[in-house]
Amino acid sequence: MSLRVTAEIAEQIRALGAAGYPHEICGALLGRDADEAREVVALFPLDNRQEDSPRNRFSVTADDVRSAERAAHAQALEVVGWYHSHPDHPARPSEFDREHAWPWYSYIIVSVAAGAAEEITSWRLEDDRSSYQAEALEIAARARS
Amino acid sequence: MPVKVIIPTPLRPFAGKRENVEVSAATVGEALASLIAQHGDLRRHLFADDGRLRSFVNVYVNDDDIRYLQKEKTPVREGDTISIVPSIAGGRA
Repeated sequence: MSLRVTAEIAEQIRALGAAGYPHEICGALLGRDADEAREVVALFPLDNRQEDSPRNRFSVTADDVRSAERAAHAQALEVVGWYHSHPDHPARPSEFDREHAWPWYSYIIVSVAAGAAEEITSWRLEDDRSSYQAEALEIAARARS
Repeated sequence: MPVKVIIPTPLRPFAGKRENVEVSAATVGEALASLIAQHGDLRRHLFADDGRLRSFVNVYVNDDDIRYLQKEKTPVREGDTISIVPSIAGGRA
């Protein structure tokens, strides 16, 4: 189980996380999924709808999800997951993350410390919802064709 | 009466990889119960332990969110499409 992202996309996520600090930023990962070869080829940044506690929470509405899916389909891609930042916190999923996660999706987390992006990780929820499994994040020079 | 339930991508592995499932139901609640009866592994992803729909699971009849209709008692008619649409949430704490 691994997730391939280009260096450019990894850098975009880090830059978005830093720009949004101290709030959490979020968006969709658009790409292709072929069993063991999942790849992100574009981002679809979304507004963090969590107005009451944006420093430690993010949320995306069903309409946002539909917009992301439309954007993906227009590029012959699909929504393969979601990214968000953890301001001043490690790039590890929280219990809140687990409770709200969907299976199958890849969840990229970037840690942002005092405004500077640090570690970037990816996770998938276990099918029984019990925990997250770390997913190898393969940062490539360029996308597959 | 027959209605179609659209399964979102992350739940398709738990519904025989199908994009939609046909069920026979008079309400949204009956349709979801029938869906779970056919594909039991969907239950934990749609319903919390107390039996309520999870807060980040959104259900539409055609284009209307059932929260603004009669929730799970919303009636469905032949030819209606029920869509399960994720909302996404998380955060460091």
